[in-house]
Amino acid sequence: MTEIQSYTLNFGPQHPAAHGVLRLILEMDGEVIRKVDPHIGLLHRATEKLAESKPFNQSIGYMDRLDYVSMMVNEHAYVLAIERLLGIEIPIRARYIRVLFDELTRITNHLLWLGSHALDIGAMSVFLYAFREREDIMDMYEAVSGARLHATYYRPGGVHADLPDRMPQHAPSRWRSKKEQAEHNRNRAGSLIDFIRDFTKRLPGRIDEFENLLTDNRIWKQRTVGIGVVSPERALQLGFSGPMLRGSGVAWDLRRTQPYEVYPDLEFDIPVGREGDCYDRYLVRIEEMRQSNRIVSQCLDWLVDHPGPVILDDYKIAPPPRTVMKHDMEALIHHFKLFTEGYTVPAGETYAAVEHPKGEFGIYLVSDGANKPYRLKIRAAGFAHLAALDEMARGHMIPDLVAIIGTQDIVFGEIDR
Amino acid sequence: MVMTDGSVDEGQELCEAVRARWPEARVSRSARGEVTWSLTPDTLLSVARVLQGDPRFSFEQLMDVTAVDYLAYGKEDWVTETATATGFSRARVAVQAPAVHPPMGGRFEVVYHLLSVSRNERLRLKVVLSPDCPPLVPSLTGIWASADWFEREVFDLFGILFEGHPDLRRILTDYGFIGHPFRKDFPLSGEVEVRYDPESRRVVYEPVSITPRTLVPRVIRNDARYQNTDPGKKEPSHD
Repeated sequence: MTEIQSYTLNFGPQHPAAHGVLRLILEMDGEVIRKVDPHIGLLHRATEKLAESKPFNQSIGYMDRLDYVSMMVNEHAYVLAIERLLGIEIPIRARYIRVLFDELTRITNHLLWLGSHALDIGAMSVFLYAFREREDIMDMYEAVSGARLHATYYRPGGVHADLPDRMPQHAPSRWRSKKEQAEHNRNRAGSLIDFIRDFTKRLPGRIDEFENLLTDNRIWKQRTVGIGVVSPERALQLGFSGPMLRGSGVAWDLRRTQPYEVYPDLEFDIPVGREGDCYDRYLVRIEEMRQSNRIVSQCLDWLVDHPGPVILDDYKIAPPPRTVMKHDMEALIHHFKLFTEGYTVPAGETYAAVEHPKGEFGIYLVSDGANKPYRLKIRAAGFAHLAALDEMARGHMIPDLVAIIGTQDIVFGEIDR
Repeated sequence: MVMTDGSVDEGQELCEAVRARWPEARVSRSARGEVTWSLTPDTLLSVARVLQGDPRFSFEQLMDVTAVDYLAYGKEDWVTETATATGFSRARVAVQAPAVHPPMGGRFEVVYHLLSVSRNERLRLKVVLSPDCPPLVPSLTGIWASADWFEREVFDLFGILFEGHPDLRRILTDYGFIGHPFRKDFPLSGEVEVRYDPESRRVVYEPVSITPRTLVPRVIRNDARYQNTDPGKKEPSHD
């Protein structure tokens, strides 16, 4: 009988289960993983250095491209940091709109996570159902900002525009019958708020469908229960945050503990896991979707009754409306200065963190009083999580490694920055 | 420190606790309640150990490690040598003193963001590297496991060395990359570019062919537009 030697295995960077461009150097003992050495940086675009060369507002779009499945929450941390340095307070309606879209973004992030995680483990159909719901959220993004993914919707001082009164409708198409078109446009007859309201009523039933497919599924449990167990102490040591920390049983959510915007006024629960394995993190994220749905409907109730400005009425920071520019010279000058030079931010430093769908997303911003950031550091949740991959995967087998990558909800846009 | 907008005395308690434990600590609190403590590299390790282990502080989490290169701090593109005597700046009348260099001597600062989950407090540690010493900081990997990759990133992008780090390799840049790209003297467009060379039938590295351009000049305005007219509106932010 021959002795099996330990050997080295290359995994990725182009691998369907690597969630982008992850390259792993695995030291194997037969099928058992002895050591994982992730090689990252294949998507490194030096976002932080690029932001140093541009006026503050021109980098909002870069934030979308960090974690490109939860775009608006990235923007949120960035504009929050600028607002803290400027010392401005934004209108209350803008706060509600931001929370509304933060939570919709959390749902779309978790839908994509659920679909791809299940697909990695071998459940094909969940992916298709999850993307069907995600498509509606993409439509909401498009209605409010004009872009399905990279919205650039949040601005220092508020949001770019108010929610539209009319939801865009599907145009006639030669590939779609009149009846199908009418069916697609059924919930688009009213405003964006009506469309989102329809979505929030539908979503809990859809989440039940996902749970029907997975929660008590024998194969799903075999693949996730007891895999990648992290104790609460280790989770804290490893810098975990978000669902990864809560899955290990630490009840920590920045929306509750260090609240920003209007979260103190909203009702929601924070789910925590017990065992700290992949299955618990799955349950935590599923429940987070339900809780986000609750927050979304509360925001809608408020937004319907409270019209008002959605961006600061200070032309030094926010551009004046077009109609004002047509007859007001001052406003035109402000517009010109704002879009050629930008605004300067008082010298100082701040760290603004938000509860991102993946964990704590923070922006450390240093300003020297110029119209561009002096230093911008992006604290991405996934970076700390991926750093712990070695510890989580040791002693497991290669198929478990895929489950652990899935449970970490890794997106390379934010890890490599 | 809870960063809810509006409350005033956030971080005060933490500041006092630090001063009670280390009377000579250069700890300060910003108007927004963020607590910052400037240290020297030789005290970092002992301080970090107490901050993590002492139940008064119990900073269980190291959330972020980064560095700032202060080489170009407070410099602007707007003042040109080549323009006319009045230059681009002729419309500017300074009414406020320009921003001063932060209160420290060296070029680099290593910044740590700590979080206490049990006490719900945040603390920023800034390690100031003196200009006449090599950029060397003790590694915190023995205290917080999350320091491992964060320190590798700072080493990769800034060239700051962490003494005692078990595996100080580059992490974000390419295999075989030369230089530390986030230093202020590293050009935005980089030093090299790659292309496929059909003659040698492989990918070759060449000096970069594009020149960096400034689309919007970097300006520091101290004119009347940015005067603090409403006392509640803007706050002095640097400590």
